[in-house]
Amino acid sequence: MAATPRSRHSLLVRLTHWIMTLAFLALLVTGLEIVISHPRFYWGEVGNVNTPTLFKIPIASSRPTVPTGYGVMPDQNGWSRYLHFQSAWILVLVGLLYVGVGLFNGHFLRNLLPAGSDIVPKRLAKSIMEHLRFARPSAEEAWSYNVLQRLAYVVVIFVLFPMIIWTGLAMSPSFVSAVPAAVNVLGGQQSARTLHFFLTVVLVLFLLVHILMVILAGFRNRVRAMITGRAAEPLERV
Amino acid sequence: MSNLTRRKLITTGLAATAGAAGLVAAAKLAAHYGLMPPDSGGLYGPGETLTYAAQRILTRHSLAREFSPNQVSKDPFANEVDKLGEEFERLQQGGFADWRLRVDGLVARPAFFSLAELKNFPRRSHITMIQCEEGWSYIAEWAGVPLSHVLNLVGAAPQARYVVYRSFQPDWWESIDMADALHPQTLLTLGMNGGELPVRFGGPLRMRVARQLGYKNLKYVTSLTVTDNIKQFGKGLGSASPEAGYAWFAGI
Repeated sequence: MAATPRSRHSLLVRLTHWIMTLAFLALLVTGLEIVISHPRFYWGEVGNVNTPTLFKIPIASSRPTVPTGYGVMPDQNGWSRYLHFQSAWILVLVGLLYVGVGLFNGHFLRNLLPAGSDIVPKRLAKSIMEHLRFARPSAEEAWSYNVLQRLAYVVVIFVLFPMIIWTGLAMSPSFVSAVPAAVNVLGGQQSARTLHFFLTVVLVLFLLVHILMVILAGFRNRVRAMITGRAAEPLERV
Repeated sequence: MSNLTRRKLITTGLAATAGAAGLVAAAKLAAHYGLMPPDSGGLYGPGETLTYAAQRILTRHSLAREFSPNQVSKDPFANEVDKLGEEFERLQQGGFADWRLRVDGLVARPAFFSLAELKNFPRRSHITMIQCEEGWSYIAEWAGVPLSHVLNLVGAAPQARYVVYRSFQPDWWESIDMADALHPQTLLTLGMNGGELPVRFGGPLRMRVARQLGYKNLKYVTSLTVTDNIKQFGKGLGSASPEAGYAWFAGI
């Protein structure tokens, strides 16, 4: 991680960022394709067209056995499932590499863990107000992350991704035969499926806000920094 | 600067070479220990191989979750099946008295079993969940002969690696490895929820593989073939599922 004066992101951070981006997008598209084959959600252990739902997504189903009232669309489940699980492997393995190295070399401590002095109502409120005003970040902020950004990244990396992997595994009949607690503590296999869907929604919201923030902070410079590792100097002109 | 870049390049190159060599070694080890699924080739082969190998290392002997009688689904959903044809109707009209299960392949004593014979074999039942790859599920009590009992009876050869099974449903056939074939919860299912196995749920005979998705739980089973070479069946991908684009291993 030897840093030249202008370097912003390490090679590992950049590589894992873009590989996980591709894996996440593949998981998102194939996950939606899988949902389309049964756009009904339940709570508890079991659910099928003969049982009441928690909620339904008002779209056509890709299976004629699931009457949604919106017709039938082409079935894409086969390749979607193959690609979903392959992308999940890539995301988990690359994610473990990122987390392992990040814990070892101090990336998380240095760059992502919010300072204790920042997690106080006054500082947080200030940062929230700055975001709500869509204030352009100051030049020095391009070399670091603000407190809300740090909190968001920490929650995504250490809460949302572990949770979505866990709820995914909890749907696997073979995995839960070895680790039944993985599904039992969630309240059942259909609960795991529903939570997996909610976590997807939260991660997509994060992705949208993340992209919006990159655009507001200077799309070209920020994306270039995540590709080449270097940020232009001076970073932002006011 | 250029020194650093060169060092970085060399390190990255070495890491990539080590990674590729590691992958080749891992694939050889996986093949040696029977951790490669029949559909390990192709675009999605790496993911499938990782899944199957991980499951076989971690969960070879684990038992599917069993539920209490009050958790049995009151109104289970029976997925639609293709037309079964005149011969099935003829057998059904005769109360399936003429139904035979053929067992052949790498066995000492190939045999035909009637349903009456199967019903006289040791019976096991379990209350387990069946999940469809679409996302829905139900819980039922399944009763039948453990597949391992029938395999012992016909004298399956020690080198057997897979059991191929076929259905009255045209074009459908499946296979499982010996870990699932000899698994205590794998049943040649004859009964459901205390009664006979209804035709719409696969009666008179359904393969119940408790740790895999619905599509491995083939309905209307007519024959079993024990083999050490899965490549000689169909297109060599293990079953009809990969031929239709679905993973051979459905334990996920």
